[in-house]
Amino acid sequence: MFDFDIVTSWFNGLLTGFMPQWAATLIECVVIGVIVLLVYALLALFYILYERKLCAWFQCRLGPMRVGRWGVLQVFADMFKILIKELICLKGTDKFLFKLAPYIVITSSVTMLACLPWGKGLQIIDYNIGIFFILAVSSVGILGILLAGWSSNNKYTLIGAMRSGAQMVSYELSLGLAMITIVCLAGTMNITEIVAEQDKAWFLFRGHIPAIIAFVIYLIAATAETNRGPFDLPEAEHELTAGYHTEYSGIHFGFFYLAEYLNLFIVSGIASLMFLGGWMPLHIPGLDGFNNVMNFIPGPVWFLAKAFFISYVIIWFKWTFPRIRIDQMLSFEWKYLMPIALANLVLMACFVAFGWHF
Amino acid sequence: MNLLLEISNGALAITAAITGVFLVFAALLIARLISPRSFSVKKSEPYECGIPTRGQSMIQFKAGYYIFAILFLIFDVETVFLYPWAVVTRSMGPQSLAVIGVFLFILVLGLAYAWRKGALKWS
Repeated sequence: MFDFDIVTSWFNGLLTGFMPQWAATLIECVVIGVIVLLVYALLALFYILYERKLCAWFQCRLGPMRVGRWGVLQVFADMFKILIKELICLKGTDKFLFKLAPYIVITSSVTMLACLPWGKGLQIIDYNIGIFFILAVSSVGILGILLAGWSSNNKYTLIGAMRSGAQMVSYELSLGLAMITIVCLAGTMNITEIVAEQDKAWFLFRGHIPAIIAFVIYLIAATAETNRGPFDLPEAEHELTAGYHTEYSGIHFGFFYLAEYLNLFIVSGIASLMFLGGWMPLHIPGLDGFNNVMNFIPGPVWFLAKAFFISYVIIWFKWTFPRIRIDQMLSFEWKYLMPIALANLVLMACFVAFGWHF
Repeated sequence: MNLLLEISNGALAITAAITGVFLVFAALLIARLISPRSFSVKKSEPYECGIPTRGQSMIQFKAGYYIFAILFLIFDVETVFLYPWAVVTRSMGPQSLAVIGVFLFILVLGLAYAWRKGALKWS
């Protein structure tokens, strides 16, 4: 595998060659910021097209076709359109909180994006408590949604935000427990080390039964966490018009839209890192020739392919299952998903303690 | 270790956060420069499908959510305690099972109590 540390240390050496350390660090921070911004924007554009095309195909339609070949330029047209819409701040809204909410939502998703490693040495934030940091930052995003609904001076948005808050905090537990199951198997919270542990085989295979249960729990909880699929009651159109972002217009609305798609990528990315080996190629113990061939495919390709596959599954959920009610949603989490996740954690602990895993 | 070995993780996290703030700020600036402005009395009414809002919207709200918030607090703190345990399970071996068994038993007892009391029922 190509190690990106070579590139970064070369760049660092180049800069420190003719300028003091603090200036080099500053420039590196700016470069990182620009890269993150570009990746964020490109991923959001890609995801908008991905979702629109997929949902069209699920409904036997063609999706956007007119602007550019296969409708590829449609997203740029949409982006431009949303930029030239008027920003309206309604009567009676809490103006400060109303304008603060998009900042919180976007900042939390950008910070989470910066935590994901894309390849060997190709990561930005790399805490030794990485998984925990991601969960902590994702909880901050909920605050932005609650603020958006509260400050809009509209009862629909208030109900939407409350539902969203209840849903996201509830499903965060199952999400966290599914992650702990893998942390238990890996013995570390550092994301880079978790990926490195999967050199021989992915955790989905190494941890077999409990890992597969944890993966299913993670997928369900992630769908709820991103307010999608059968769990999209925060924005149930037929009862709440559009949920917590009803009163936002123009690019203000665009931020929530952007963050929603990026959160879809982030939960898929975390699933691919924790269960499917992240940027680690598919390795089968014993088949050295096969493993060597797989090593030729670059890490970022593996990571993105896995993340897009999991996003595909989550988008598929949306077009397969009908929306559920709030009481069903909460009782599903508290009476089924979380107890199962807890029991699964104990199962995994037994597997790890007695060495029944691979 | 991180991307550029001289930068601490804290600085990188702050960089990412500033990037997010900058993204929102820059996009809002562009939108303000190129988007149209018009003023009318009706436009600043809340949307609500054409019906005018009755009374205050920032009201005290359904207590059902409040109970789930309290339950969430308990179990979220529990998850925080589980993380360090999960990291050392592999090195501790079967002994760790006994340790966490007691902890989880007390918590599940709490969940069972809440369940029995009807806190999980949406009404």
